[in-house]
Amino acid sequence: MQICQKWMRRPLFLLGVLFLAAWHATAAEVVRIGLTPAFLNERHALMADWQKYLERKMGLPVRFVLRDSYQSTMELLNQRGIDVAWLCDCPHVTANPDFLLLVTPLFQGRPYYRSYLVVPEEDRATRGILDLKDKVFAYTDPYSNIGYLFPRYEIKHTGNDPDHFFRRTFFTRSQRKSIEAVVAGVADAASVNSYIWETIQLQAPALTSRTRVAEKSKEYGFPPFVADKRLPAKIFQRLQHALIEMSADPQGREVLKKMNLDGFTLPIQAHYQDVKDIVRFMRGE
Amino acid sequence: MSLFDLSLRHKLPLWGGLLIVVTALAVSGSNLLLTRENLKKNMLSRSEILGRSLVRTLYSAISQDDVWRAYEIINFPIRAEARQPSFQLEDFVLLDAQNQVFISTSPKTYPLQARLNSLGGDFIKLEAQLASGDGRKVIVESGRILLAIPLVMEGVQLGTLVLVHPADYFKSSFNHIAARTAWTTLLVLLILLPASWYWGRRMAAPLSMLTEYMGELGRKLPPPLPDRIYQYGDELGRLFHVYDQMRHELAEKKSIERQMMKTDRLASIGRLTASIAHEINNPLGGLLTAVDTLKRHAKPDPVLERVVPLLERGLTQIKDIVGALLVEAKAKGRSLNGQDIEDVHTLLAQEAKKRGVEWVWENSVQGDVPLPATLVRQVLINLALNAVQAAAPGGHVGIRASLAEGHLALEVKNDGREISPEVMEHLFEPFTGQNAEGHGLGLWITHQIVDQLRGDIIVNSDAGQTRFCITLPLGEETWPPTSV
Repeated sequence: MQICQKWMRRPLFLLGVLFLAAWHATAAEVVRIGLTPAFLNERHALMADWQKYLERKMGLPVRFVLRDSYQSTMELLNQRGIDVAWLCDCPHVTANPDFLLLVTPLFQGRPYYRSYLVVPEEDRATRGILDLKDKVFAYTDPYSNIGYLFPRYEIKHTGNDPDHFFRRTFFTRSQRKSIEAVVAGVADAASVNSYIWETIQLQAPALTSRTRVAEKSKEYGFPPFVADKRLPAKIFQRLQHALIEMSADPQGREVLKKMNLDGFTLPIQAHYQDVKDIVRFMRGE
Repeated sequence: MSLFDLSLRHKLPLWGGLLIVVTALAVSGSNLLLTRENLKKNMLSRSEILGRSLVRTLYSAISQDDVWRAYEIINFPIRAEARQPSFQLEDFVLLDAQNQVFISTSPKTYPLQARLNSLGGDFIKLEAQLASGDGRKVIVESGRILLAIPLVMEGVQLGTLVLVHPADYFKSSFNHIAARTAWTTLLVLLILLPASWYWGRRMAAPLSMLTEYMGELGRKLPPPLPDRIYQYGDELGRLFHVYDQMRHELAEKKSIERQMMKTDRLASIGRLTASIAHEINNPLGGLLTAVDTLKRHAKPDPVLERVVPLLERGLTQIKDIVGALLVEAKAKGRSLNGQDIEDVHTLLAQEAKKRGVEWVWENSVQGDVPLPATLVRQVLINLALNAVQAAAPGGHVGIRASLAEGHLALEVKNDGREISPEVMEHLFEPFTGQNAEGHGLGLWITHQIVDQLRGDIIVNSDAGQTRFCITLPLGEETWPPTSV
């Protein structure tokens, strides 16, 4: 945020912002928030409540834009099709100079989450990912940290080749579908975000009760909301406040409860350092 | 007694019922077989339509190696159709170009990348058929039914979609139809069996009655069949008709026989009486002459005077009776005249009046009739006197004499007590008269006269009326009478 303000003091940048603001007059009128199936899987009633809350708090129209993969949401953000997105904690999001970190959700009171290695309930043997040699593994999305990057990191970290460790892998595009794939027996295991698993466990335990968490990873920074850096500072701030104040507002708390979150907080870049290290390791750097 | 010896009354309904049951079962059974085949065909074609529509969406999933999308595509119909019991697809198995499992709806049964030969006998057969196939659908039936639809794009086979049906995959539909057919059959049987039972009884009851009656034929004349027992013109109806005819003819024959016996008896009695009468008549003539001589020439003697009249009366009575028994038609005399009949009327009017009998006399005979007057008068007197005596006081007697077609017809009727069948049997025999007044020879004499004149006597007697009808043929030479 401080970086933002520093940038905005520069007159040239201000000119540019003014020019772009005029050019994107329509874009500035509505705040567009992009979501992927990673977090809110077509929960329209929840989104309607959330939208109502945000519009009331900000005094601006808000629209949620749904896409079925990280990549298409990412592209939307890059092409200014949306102003804000809730994607993942990958470095190309968190360390992207075109994006600004807006807020970080608080899950179980902390801005962290873990990776759960999920196996079918009847699989009592698997203790870790190395037990899954030559099995079928369900990845979520190539841009997902927990659903793709992290399991591959663990394999490579132990000296195996992540491309040939599993017999078969495929992408489900959503964490929830990864759990479904494990339940249906299509995959022998999947790596799932703890927030997603715990939320489903709370709201639809029939699905998660047929799975077993074989291994829990250490904590990683919870995926933040990021904004296009061209978003007017005023709107940025209003949105940031509206989100952070959700936990203090009855209607906001209602929405948070449905999301199984405790609130939002200001993001801390250092929380995402581990992921950056992982990516660097995977690139062989 | 075997089943085949049963009465038709049981056999007809039994056979009818059996035929109906067999027919119903045969028709239902063949229908069910046909339905089963059709069901199978329909379900396979439904599966094929479903499979082909899935194949279209599976092309991109399989060519982009997108296992999860392929799973979602094939899993959707299984979940959606699971609610329909008529559609019992067990699984979809999508094979890749190498005939390995790409994805299936039961990954535990068909693991990803499993080879066909590791999936059981029917898949081994399928592999063989796919190898020899030329990109067309393949159906393998060995227990389960596998329908394989190849995914061919621009001549390149990307994979194969296999629809796995359980062996009895149309069982519930079939059971449903079978149950419905069974109920319909049962309903039809419930209607037809009683109908057949009724029809069989309806046919058999008169037949068994006929059999019973026919069995009695040797012993006695059976009663006639009840009216309207079977009114139709078929063989059965004709059989009953023939029976009635036969019975009628038998009755007639019997009556003729009885008549002939009666006539024979009367004739022999006639001959007997005639010969006895003759035998008596000869000594009787001598005796009467002797008595006459005794009366005229014997000296007066108190004993004789007492005995001779006694003898004379006795002998005269014998002579009268013998004379009566010896009816002689030879007595020519004069021929009958209308007046003779009127004379009888006059003669008997007093007697009728005395007895208080209503008396109707019709006489249409006029002039001379070529018949012996004395004999005809004798007949008429006998019958009319009998009728008057038979009629109760206040009763009615009707007498009619007429000429018709070369005959003299005499009809005498009364409404008195009927003649019993036993009396009727011996009516014209001597000494069988009903009343105490006569000597019992009246009807005998009448019969003898009519017989000698070659006429006929017909007697009818029932509760209301007793009627004697006599026809006497007229002498040929003098017919028609000049006076008529």
